[in-house]
Amino acid sequence: MKHSTPKATRHVNQNEGLIFEKSSPGKAAWKLPPLDVPEVDPAKLLGKAERKDLGNMPEVSEIEIIRHFTRLSTWNYAIDLGMYPLGSCTMKYNPRVNEAVARVEGIANGHPYQPEKISQGALQIMKTLSECLIEITGMDAITLQPAAGAHGEMTGLLMVRAYHQSKGNPRKKVLIPDSAHGTNPATAAMVNYAVENLKSDARGMVDLASLKQQMNEDVAALMLTNPNTLGVFEQQIHEIADILHAKGGLLYMDGANMNALVGKVRPGDFGVDVMHLNLHKTFSTPHGGGGPGSGPVAVKKPLEPFLPAPVVVAKPDGTLGFEYNRPHSVGRVRSFYGNFGMFVRALAYIQANGPDGLRQTTEDAVLNANYIRKGLEGSYDLPYSTPSMHEVVFSDKLQAKKGVRTMDIAKRLIDYGFHPYTTAFPLIVPGALMIEPTESESKEEMDLFIEAMKSIAEEVEEDPQTVLDAPHSTRVSRLDETAAARKPVLRWKPMSSGQ
Amino acid sequence: MRYLPKSPADRDAMLKAIGLRSVDDLFAPIPAEYRLNRDLKIPRQMAESEIVDFFRQRSRENGDGYTSFLGAGAYFHYRPVIIDSLISRGEFLTAYTPYQAEISQGTLQSIFEFQTMICELTGMEVANASMYDGSTAAAEAVMMAVRLTGRRSVVVARTLHPEYREVLATYATHQGMPLSIANYGQDGHLNVQELEKSITPETACVLVQSPNFFGIVEDVEAIAQIAHQHGAMLVVSIAEAVSLGIVEPPRQADIIAMEAQSFGVPLGFGGPYCGVIATREKNVRQMPGRLVGQTTDKQGKRGFVLTLATREQHIRREKATSNICTNQALVALMVNIFMTIYGKIGLKELAKQNLAKTAYAAAQFAKHGKVLFSGSPRFNEFVVETSEDPYAINSRLLGHKMIGGLPLKKFYPELGDSSLWCCTELTTRSAIDTAVGLVAESERSVRSAKEEVEEVAR
Repeated sequence: MKHSTPKATRHVNQNEGLIFEKSSPGKAAWKLPPLDVPEVDPAKLLGKAERKDLGNMPEVSEIEIIRHFTRLSTWNYAIDLGMYPLGSCTMKYNPRVNEAVARVEGIANGHPYQPEKISQGALQIMKTLSECLIEITGMDAITLQPAAGAHGEMTGLLMVRAYHQSKGNPRKKVLIPDSAHGTNPATAAMVNYAVENLKSDARGMVDLASLKQQMNEDVAALMLTNPNTLGVFEQQIHEIADILHAKGGLLYMDGANMNALVGKVRPGDFGVDVMHLNLHKTFSTPHGGGGPGSGPVAVKKPLEPFLPAPVVVAKPDGTLGFEYNRPHSVGRVRSFYGNFGMFVRALAYIQANGPDGLRQTTEDAVLNANYIRKGLEGSYDLPYSTPSMHEVVFSDKLQAKKGVRTMDIAKRLIDYGFHPYTTAFPLIVPGALMIEPTESESKEEMDLFIEAMKSIAEEVEEDPQTVLDAPHSTRVSRLDETAAARKPVLRWKPMSSGQ
Repeated sequence: MRYLPKSPADRDAMLKAIGLRSVDDLFAPIPAEYRLNRDLKIPRQMAESEIVDFFRQRSRENGDGYTSFLGAGAYFHYRPVIIDSLISRGEFLTAYTPYQAEISQGTLQSIFEFQTMICELTGMEVANASMYDGSTAAAEAVMMAVRLTGRRSVVVARTLHPEYREVLATYATHQGMPLSIANYGQDGHLNVQELEKSITPETACVLVQSPNFFGIVEDVEAIAQIAHQHGAMLVVSIAEAVSLGIVEPPRQADIIAMEAQSFGVPLGFGGPYCGVIATREKNVRQMPGRLVGQTTDKQGKRGFVLTLATREQHIRREKATSNICTNQALVALMVNIFMTIYGKIGLKELAKQNLAKTAYAAAQFAKHGKVLFSGSPRFNEFVVETSEDPYAINSRLLGHKMIGGLPLKKFYPELGDSSLWCCTELTTRSAIDTAVGLVAESERSVRSAKEEVEEVAR
């Protein structure tokens, strides 16, 4: 590398095939205890439903499995290895005590249908977390049932619809800013609302004039991310809420960017009627390569009757229980009570922080984003000069002149030992570089990141091909995504059956 | 705060570099009247030892140390130790969705293996990278069938997990998807005559669960035939994945919506679990959720990428097949490791032990009470009818640190004093004998009480 930084060096990287390629009859990684009841004849019990053969399932030993997955793991980048500045994803440190407490016997092995009398621990966790999240958001009530952010959006919009229905008219459409996450319009469609785009103004905020013009009695809600996907706080948030409320509409807040607000400002105080949180973003539960998430939805009082059933309540005898009799509920959105294991982790995170820790966390997250913004100003184009909160969005305008686009810069960043930022999003910024460092980065790590980004900007000027061909240090080079989609190979097949 | 890697001097230096005087300047964009000028009213900052104590205490209040006979969509199977060893590796635990393929090959290859094994076990041709759980997978599979057939109505077996039915009802409400319910017959199977009657030319799909909520293996072949005769698809929900080790998979289905919790995922009071959708290759473009495909890099080396993204919300927005984004990746990895450990032979042996324990337990219960639907093939659950209210029986069992079967009257009032019992490989013979003894005791006392009443009447 022409410009090298101390962050990345190459290390031995072991090859590993597919597990099926290691399989051979007679190897085993399992052992069952002797049966303490009489053996049975499956053919007799199941008749024609008896399964005879499990096809190409693997047969391997335990050490092979350990090595297989350990080798695979070394091909991943992770927060534990360094900065993971994916904008809008809030890749913060995942505390290990969260994992430890989620595995305590009675918590890990609690059955969802065990009697309430012996479920008081789980119910207490749900109640305490709910109270904390209500206080943090400034809302009045909450459901923990949705399994992820998009699922929370769906739940929230179902409640919006039920609320309007209770007033006699479910309304027809949902307004969504052009800067929104793709899940917002996809969710609106699932709840059978038409999507109407709302454009952003020159500062990257909701265009109030357009909002006024588009707002009418057909609009059920505005789905707003705040801070929005440019990392910009919607300063006229209350005017936005007023415009909606004046025509009977509701303000839905996508809480994806709540990491910019916790302990500093509460959505419930600035006019939000319903919002979801992402416990896997703001509240440190691990992303795990794409999940599990958890998407609690908090609402203001008028929407409370519509929460999914069941909800946790205190019973007359002082114990906790589930209330199922909710005649106005939108119904269930998931079996049981949601991703309970994530509630445990989120509560442990809140406890580890306390009010002072959460506030400091938010301040550091915003400080880090602004430090990066300052450090990269001049090297990369800043399409919106509006102040940044927890993330900053640059564009590849300067680099595009040399034919280098945001994805190329992102791939080159890998060679410097960093995970790329979010590329090509939000859609209102052509060639976007969306950077969210979170509070988990030290000044040293961010200085390395800034140095790496500047170095790439120089490379673009001097030797753009190096950037275009990146990454150079990874196990595989850029992969042919077009071929993958044109002729999809979505599973392994044994040699004999072709492939 | 121990998670924050900055000294006060670092913060000052950074503020200075930005050209700000104080942290408050960073929050200037937030109108002053909304800023929170007090501490949040949440628990104070706690030491790690205090946090551990807090959750240990909650654990003690949460059924720790009880023997359970509950199943009903959440199953207690042994979890090999190496599952947690491997998923605790930071490279799996703290990675994001594998959009940047070059530095996500570990996650991508493991999902590719997961998809392959789900296909092998279900008899389907393609499987996705996971859904939230079995209930939402079933709802999304139904919506997929609606898109594929261009029809809108759905026939749902009443033997589908009642909570799955509730979730489907929620999803269907605003999709203009009328649902009709087909009841079960005397033998606990879906009543095929009723199914026939329920299907119309507008039926997009029939949704059944097998083994069904009562643990009974449905005659999928017959149901498929009826559905297909009417041009409808068959969606089969599988809630107990271990059954696939010994029960023929529903190969005649068009779409399978599965809950894979049984494969190495802790009960965890109901989640996180691992839904999956599997189907025929020709249906793949209507599949929701993420898919990993094999491809090559510039040097021709094998590699894996997320593929067919044009189905998904980040590309298609309101025209996407689903709004799903975050799925259950780490839980799918647990499932993957579990399937790898047990593999071709172990899964079968494991399933056989479940079958044997359940056959033994059902036979013991039958000696003292009534086991319903007893002639039908079942996997690891069965319904016991008692003379006494099962809630009362369960209260007594709790005194012996035992959790009895799930009382069914909440979901199936017509079954009266019945409950759904489950045995897995972890259920010991002595636990079964004790539970049967306690239930039998109550049966005897109820009987003698009845006799007394009758005697007095005489």
